[in-house]
Amino acid sequence: MGAAPASRDVTSYGMGLAAPLALFFLLFFVAPLLQLFWLSLHNDTAGLHWGLGQYLHFLADPFSLSVLGSTLLLGAEVTAVCLVLGFPIAWLYQRVGPRLQTIIILIVLLPLLTSVVVRTFAWIVILGRQGIINATLQSLGIIDTPLKLLYTQFGVVIALAQVQMPLMTLPLITALGRIDPNLDDASCSLGAGSWRTFFRVVLPLSLPGVIAGCTLTYAAAITAFITQSLVGGGQMLFMPMYLYQQASTLQNWPFASAISIIFLLAVLAVVSVFTTLGRLSRGYGGA
Amino acid sequence: MAGRKRTLEAFSFELVMTLVAIIALILIIAPSLVVLIVSFTSGFSLKFPPPGYSLRWYAELWDAWQLHFAAKNSLIVALWATGLSVVLGVAAALAISRSQKLSARLLDSLFMSPLVLPALAFGLAALMLFSLVGLPVSPLTLVIGHTVVCVPYVVRNTVAALAQLEPTLLESSAVLGASRLYTFRRIVLPLIRPGIIAGAFIAFMSSFDNVPVSLFLRDAATDMLPIRMWQDLEGKLDVTIAALSGVLIIATVAMVAVMERVTGLSRRLTN
Repeated sequence: MGAAPASRDVTSYGMGLAAPLALFFLLFFVAPLLQLFWLSLHNDTAGLHWGLGQYLHFLADPFSLSVLGSTLLLGAEVTAVCLVLGFPIAWLYQRVGPRLQTIIILIVLLPLLTSVVVRTFAWIVILGRQGIINATLQSLGIIDTPLKLLYTQFGVVIALAQVQMPLMTLPLITALGRIDPNLDDASCSLGAGSWRTFFRVVLPLSLPGVIAGCTLTYAAAITAFITQSLVGGGQMLFMPMYLYQQASTLQNWPFASAISIIFLLAVLAVVSVFTTLGRLSRGYGGA
Repeated sequence: MAGRKRTLEAFSFELVMTLVAIIALILIIAPSLVVLIVSFTSGFSLKFPPPGYSLRWYAELWDAWQLHFAAKNSLIVALWATGLSVVLGVAAALAISRSQKLSARLLDSLFMSPLVLPALAFGLAALMLFSLVGLPVSPLTLVIGHTVVCVPYVVRNTVAALAQLEPTLLESSAVLGASRLYTFRRIVLPLIRPGIIAGAFIAFMSSFDNVPVSLFLRDAATDMLPIRMWQDLEGKLDVTIAALSGVLIIATVAMVAVMERVTGLSRRLTN
């Protein structure tokens, strides 16, 4: 090996190949975000007076804070539902034959690739006043008047959970596939029951997948503009719609910029918390 | 006794997990099926089950020129954004996939960040920059914006395909006297092609379906399909939209089936 000629490594490519995309991102991704930040530091819509007025306006306004709070809460609820429903899918995937595995993946994948408006539209048909759930319950005589399901927190959470499920399930399937099946048998033969083995062995070892899934699901749920606006209706306001209203309807670009920056920071904070947990869990899994 | 207790316990565990998994799978698939069934209604409302079945709303769709126009725009933008994403993304993936350098990891995080950052905030930011430099919104600004949010899918799938490529193949090719370009064309490209196609497919679907970036970067003349549908739905519940949804669902299922054949999409996304 040491005698190998000092020729160039033929198995890798030069970093120069990344230059076009890096330049493209600098011009059309980094620069716009910097411009957004710059404008958010102005007190007037013309962008002439510097100041933290937009941020103070947001942080001193109970309405704005409640929009931020309910958006972050929404993300947590959707992530929890996705985890509870998505984990058993990933578990089942590892127990069935290759044919069923392909079918499970394609079912999980379908919402990811179907148009988001179509998916959301389906939930309006299901949850509406004359939707399937209300029609069924009424024909069974369980309820007299239709339940209000659409335009509620429950409706938004369930619709978002369906839409974002692949983002949770795919990393979980990958993580569970990496666990040595012998560990399962070892735990059982040492006397631990199935539940105990699951919570003490399988779940901790799949933590990297859980964390990857939670990060993607959370970020997608709180930024899901279409589903939030159609299933949530006018009564429920979350950050994306708040941002859009301020930017598009009211043309208040500096305030919309400040909302965007606060929203970006909130997402980044959540992502970095998850990433830190991921790093800790990897240490735990390896121990 | 203990053995019996353990099997009962194992049974309860498997029963609960399987049941929840089946419920979750039904929850995932049910909305698409419901829309598909409702779209064949003979009535004027979105009642489920429909009073009767007909193809009338699909026939109605045939004449909905506004939707045709929007669909054509979405298709053109998605094709350009996918093409640009593949050219820029594959090149970048080649550079960063095998590199241990810090710069490679930083670039990787940069290229992936549109996946987690709110697309609406990016749309607004891009609109403000374009208006600052005096570039009016047009199909061009749409293609640029879509490329930023679609390129991560191409990069990620190409990097994954490159990671599974045996370095010894490249070494053998070089030892046998092939040039780097020849090795790339005859060895690397054929082996990573399914990964590139899978990434391009997901990029195309997410561009075609994009609302948050399009909302800010389109001009008045460029109506996009998902935005048109969204605005129609905010006003009233239209059965024509159900028929259009039916077309989109059937097209998606067909394309996923083709992609599964061509690229092994399901394996690709779980590795």
